[in-house]
Amino acid sequence: MSDAALPVGTSWRRLHPLSPLVRFARIVVGLIVVAVPTLEAARGGAAGRGRSLTTSLIVWAALLGLSMIGGVVSWLVTRWRIGDGDLQIETGLIRRQSIRIPLARIQAVDIVAPLLGRILGLAEVRVVSAGRGGEHGRLAYLTAAEATAARARLLALAHGLAAETPEPPAQPLAVVDNLRLVLALTLRAGIAVPLLLMIAAAVVLIVAPRAGAIVLSTCLPILFTSAVTIARTFNEEFEFSVSEAGDGLRLDRGLLQRRHETIPFGRIQALRVVQPLLWRPAGWLRLEVDVARQHGAQQSRDDPQRVARTLVPVAPRAEVLALLGRVFAEAGVEQPPGAKPPRRAMLKAPLSYHFLAAWHGARYACARTGRLQAATVVVPLHKVQSVRLKRGPVQRMLGLASVHVDTAGQRWQASMRCRDEGEAEAWLWDISAKARLARRHSSPGSRQRAAPPGVAGPVIA
Amino acid sequence: MVLAIIVTGHTISRMLREPRAPAEFRRVSPRFWMARQTVIALVFAPLLGGALAVMAALGGGGWVLLPAGVAALAVLQWVIELGRYRTWGYAEREDDLIVRRGLMFRRVSVVPYGRMQLIDVTAGPVDRAFGLATVQLHTAAAATDARIPGLLRADADLLRDRLAAVGEAEATGL
Repeated sequence: MSDAALPVGTSWRRLHPLSPLVRFARIVVGLIVVAVPTLEAARGGAAGRGRSLTTSLIVWAALLGLSMIGGVVSWLVTRWRIGDGDLQIETGLIRRQSIRIPLARIQAVDIVAPLLGRILGLAEVRVVSAGRGGEHGRLAYLTAAEATAARARLLALAHGLAAETPEPPAQPLAVVDNLRLVLALTLRAGIAVPLLLMIAAAVVLIVAPRAGAIVLSTCLPILFTSAVTIARTFNEEFEFSVSEAGDGLRLDRGLLQRRHETIPFGRIQALRVVQPLLWRPAGWLRLEVDVARQHGAQQSRDDPQRVARTLVPVAPRAEVLALLGRVFAEAGVEQPPGAKPPRRAMLKAPLSYHFLAAWHGARYACARTGRLQAATVVVPLHKVQSVRLKRGPVQRMLGLASVHVDTAGQRWQASMRCRDEGEAEAWLWDISAKARLARRHSSPGSRQRAAPPGVAGPVIA
Repeated sequence: MVLAIIVTGHTISRMLREPRAPAEFRRVSPRFWMARQTVIALVFAPLLGGALAVMAALGGGGWVLLPAGVAALAVLQWVIELGRYRTWGYAEREDDLIVRRGLMFRRVSVVPYGRMQLIDVTAGPVDRAFGLATVQLHTAAAATDARIPGLLRADADLLRDRLAAVGEAEATGL
């Protein structure tokens, strides 16, 4: 990490000259994917007339050329620097855009290296900042060394340290074995069921060829989509490793595109431990994370604000629980006696009664639900946004009630379903009171970084 | 027979039981009930008129059932709305707001003041005619459903200001 390479002062820097190539490789690939069938059709349709083929070839080539030129121009007019107090990016030829991201509001700095970028030794720096609407802090691309240096500097400044402070050392927590990942992904119901059907179909095929062929042909597309999903997930979660740094959890993952991400501790709203049906014999678990909702930001695939959702794709029980303990200290995920709802809840929830359970302590509320796959949601009480009690007509007849503990996450809430009515009411008040205490005690600045003023203050209509 | 009556009675009393609250619930304004009744009247009056017209035009004994059915629906709606009106309630505690609602699905929401991000005061045309307003709270959680309809306009504004003041004092954000 050369400090001279990145003066913090006033000097503006360009992105790497090869950036347009990497950035628009995707567009080129996309164009080719669209163009080739079109050209093929043109050739087939106009058997004798070579003219239309030439024309469309020219059009496509022109489009390709334009996108390349566009990329180069965009590179030419883009420059960035780390000024005092903010990260500044200026871009755009016709519509000049000047992006300022206050360093104090930076929540995480991620490094993403797509395949071509990795070949060329380039990486993208993505800055995730707090606040509504996503300020898109993307520096695409820098050399790998520059990216790491920029990241370290941004993080140091964001935490109010000297600019030269190196990136805090990360303590490795878990590494996921790739072979196990493949096995686990295959065993998820999405593929296992079609596969079983397929085997059944093959058997039927031998006995009754006609019927077997029909079953086989219906299964194939399902199997194919499952295979694509598995391949994509595998690509995303290959060589998965989690480590813990001072500001959050670091995730490294990816086969073709490597990602180096940070999930700040303060943004974690809830964790979920999932066990798909077929993982049960192996005793594997999956740990997922829910982070605060970004207002107005679409969660698209390339959104820099998008945060990883999987903390550990697959690991033995002990490992997952240990990691959970690192993130949420003293969160007991072993259900205490009395966590099961009363037996009469079986009438209301016959298919999920076997998994239903809920309990809470001084700092966490846990709720397990699920029909085939058991999912336990752990909510830290200092993140609770509201607590709700709900009693439907059937529940009231049975003397049952559900308690929901809401957080600012976008995916789950702790749903304590079908508890005894009196217990549910007691819990409603109890959890609210405990959440109030937990809020008081969670001092901003310790492990939970305080949210910057922009997000924190209530907006009064 | 007696046992059946006892069991049914027990079930009904159980269904009607309100949650014990560690605070006194405040009811919404009686004018809200007037407003709801007005809406029911506005919806059912033309329907009933149409049904009567059909009966008059076609005559015949069987057609009497049509306006009778509409009237029955109106009464049913009236009873349901009455029940719903009576379940609305809210309580301002020291640190949080409790909102109670629902007839079939009974809900109680507890929203800490510090979590409130946005407080809306809205009033539709019927609300305005009766001088009413609805106060809606938003937190960072999408599932939070704290809404208090049928407050007098002045009360709604006061409630909003009070909530905003305590919200600001206790703001904890995400």
